[in-house]
Amino acid sequence: MAQNRDPSIKKSFRLIQLWTDERWRGLIFQFLLILALCILVAFIISNTIQNLKTAGMASGYDFIFDTASFDINQRLIEYSSTSTYGRAIIVGGLNTIVVAILGIFASTIIGFIAGILRLSRNFLISRLVGIYVEFIRNVPVLLQIIFWWVILLALPKVRDSLSIGDSIFLSNRGIRLPSPIYEEGSFWVLAAFIIAIALSLIIRRWSFKRQEVTGQTLPIWIIAPALIIFLPVIIFFMLGQPIGFETPVRSKFNLRGGFNVTPEFVALWLALSTYTAAFISEIVRAGISSVSAGQKEAARALGLKQNITMRKIILPQALRVIIPPLTSQYLNLTKNSSLAVAIGYQDIVSIGDTVLNQSGRVLEVISIFMLFYLTLSLATSAFMNWYNKKINLIER
Amino acid sequence: MDTPDLNYAGSNKSRPPPANTVGIIGWIRSNLLGGPVNTCLTLISCYILWLIVPPLLDWTIFNADFTGDSGRECTTEGACWAWLDQRIYQFLYGFYPPDSYWRVNLAIILLLPALAYVLFDKLPFSRQGRWFSLTYPFLATFLLIGGIGLEGITTDKFGGFMLNLVAGISGIVLSLPIGILLALGRRSKLPAIRILSVSFIEFIRGVPLITLLFVAVIILQLFLPPNVTLDQLVRVMIMITLFASAYMAEVIRGGLQAIPNGQYEAGKAMGLSYWQSMRLIILPQALKISIPGIVNTFIGLFKDTTLVIIIGLFDILGQARVLQTNPDWMGKVDYETFLIAAIFFFIVCFSISRYSINLEKRLDTDHD
Repeated sequence: MAQNRDPSIKKSFRLIQLWTDERWRGLIFQFLLILALCILVAFIISNTIQNLKTAGMASGYDFIFDTASFDINQRLIEYSSTSTYGRAIIVGGLNTIVVAILGIFASTIIGFIAGILRLSRNFLISRLVGIYVEFIRNVPVLLQIIFWWVILLALPKVRDSLSIGDSIFLSNRGIRLPSPIYEEGSFWVLAAFIIAIALSLIIRRWSFKRQEVTGQTLPIWIIAPALIIFLPVIIFFMLGQPIGFETPVRSKFNLRGGFNVTPEFVALWLALSTYTAAFISEIVRAGISSVSAGQKEAARALGLKQNITMRKIILPQALRVIIPPLTSQYLNLTKNSSLAVAIGYQDIVSIGDTVLNQSGRVLEVISIFMLFYLTLSLATSAFMNWYNKKINLIER
Repeated sequence: MDTPDLNYAGSNKSRPPPANTVGIIGWIRSNLLGGPVNTCLTLISCYILWLIVPPLLDWTIFNADFTGDSGRECTTEGACWAWLDQRIYQFLYGFYPPDSYWRVNLAIILLLPALAYVLFDKLPFSRQGRWFSLTYPFLATFLLIGGIGLEGITTDKFGGFMLNLVAGISGIVLSLPIGILLALGRRSKLPAIRILSVSFIEFIRGVPLITLLFVAVIILQLFLPPNVTLDQLVRVMIMITLFASAYMAEVIRGGLQAIPNGQYEAGKAMGLSYWQSMRLIILPQALKISIPGIVNTFIGLFKDTTLVIIIGLFDILGQARVLQTNPDWMGKVDYETFLIAAIFFFIVCFSISRYSINLEKRLDTDHD
């Protein structure tokens, strides 16, 4: 039957094929889609140009070199009101990154502890953690951010600020912490700290090797922390205490010295960490539950202790389930930090909003926001993908 | 006569377990006091409970003020609930005219059958019910905005919890079809469609919702022809819908990926076209798997609707802020208003999430 088919039919092209042949149909459909998109974009651009012209708004990115003439009180790099808009936006971007990194750090710790505690056999603690998780998860994060902010603003005035050990002061202008003063020789303390970390990593590797050969183990979980704590401390005292702390001093109307953390930052950081931690704890719980009970029983049959079972058997397997959703939580935290604009923590969105109002370059400023967050998102997911690949099971 | 049971091993009677391993004592021993760590945890939890619960009860109930016309009449140490009886309507309906509250209520009540006919198959009058579900969005819009026969109410009167509900529900309903198309587009064999879908999804997921809301308020107007203006709420809803549809697309893509290849091939073997096999074979299964994800997206979106206060709309959180800065109540109702707003969100989100767990179990037709 196959020979009956005339090969010339295949080659000749009939118009109906544009509709009946899947390949042609696909091509035509894509062509039409792109055409429609181009028309839409052209329509939007022409409208925008016309609208900008009638509103008398300037456009272009040259505004980032203009003088910003507003102040930013929380900053990591030099900035004054005579700096440029570009620099203001960089300050804001750094502020976003700071709160995101500190938030990720805190939420991971709280989340892992809460997740493990929720699986605890202890009825009370698992229920308590459960209430925390369910309540925090089901209330909008913006509400929580504003709530913490209002609480912090309700703290006493600077004059009657609460103090913890006369070195940390809480007031409605924020938390004032002692600031470190580095004198000569402090470099060596820092160096000792880094060397101690490197040394303990080397010892860890060596002890693993030794364990593989001889079966003997070293108490590495005591040696490493001891090394990391004591080596810098010994150097610190040998060099005559080169790092000091400038504690804030209460004067009549104000606090002097130390450095101040604004209530906006604390509120944003607290709310983001506790909110994200609730989600992370659920992820951790699901991850640990996903490890089959046989693994735990096998570890027990081998005579491994409970904490070693957790560390060497359960967690490594659970991590593979935990990492991908954890990544999206980190991304969510970073994006949620943009809610800072509601309480006036000067992150990129809140500074950008000021820039936008002053300069009137709406398209440009919002495109900068988006580019910034897209870059952060892509960078975070690239890093987490790399880490995920690293801890993935290498199968046969 | 009491003879000792000589044939003990052969008797069917087994001795009862030791008294301290069963019943309430056994439960306490194994769940609260099993080992030193466990006991420590119990003590810590008791301490935390003692630290939190009595002061909280004192504040919310025993020491609270329930009557009064302004914050000055709240004199006790505890919470000030005096605002509730007059202001709760603003928390719920915003600036919607009070004699039209029934329209909002009716729209919400009618939502239940409309949803039920989408979710369940075995209901009476299912044919008519489906039609009702289809017409519900128009009906609800008519009820809320008014028009023929009903007094017209502009969207700037929308506010309070109703605004959260309107934005959240319309966002999720509109985003579902767009999300399905995007998910199919992302798995399409046609490169142009695939690339467009992927870039749209990744772009939206990469930026925070607040930047999209800024676009809605500031930029969207620039994109439109000069003589066309869009209602502020409509602009916001467009952006919320686009935002939700990107997340929805990822959830549904997960569902599509979980369908074994055999199902796709079986569809082809039956001679079904692409759209037929999607509609009849793939999507019903994929959507079923995606229900938990869809519900989670909805809960997330619903909580995110509070962001509208940043662009100047007054949802329930906005109403709380309004009351907190009201000279009559200033400084007295900060925590109370937050608590009320939080409870509203908690009730809705928590019950939806519990319901989705329930639904997931019921829809599970696996044979294991």
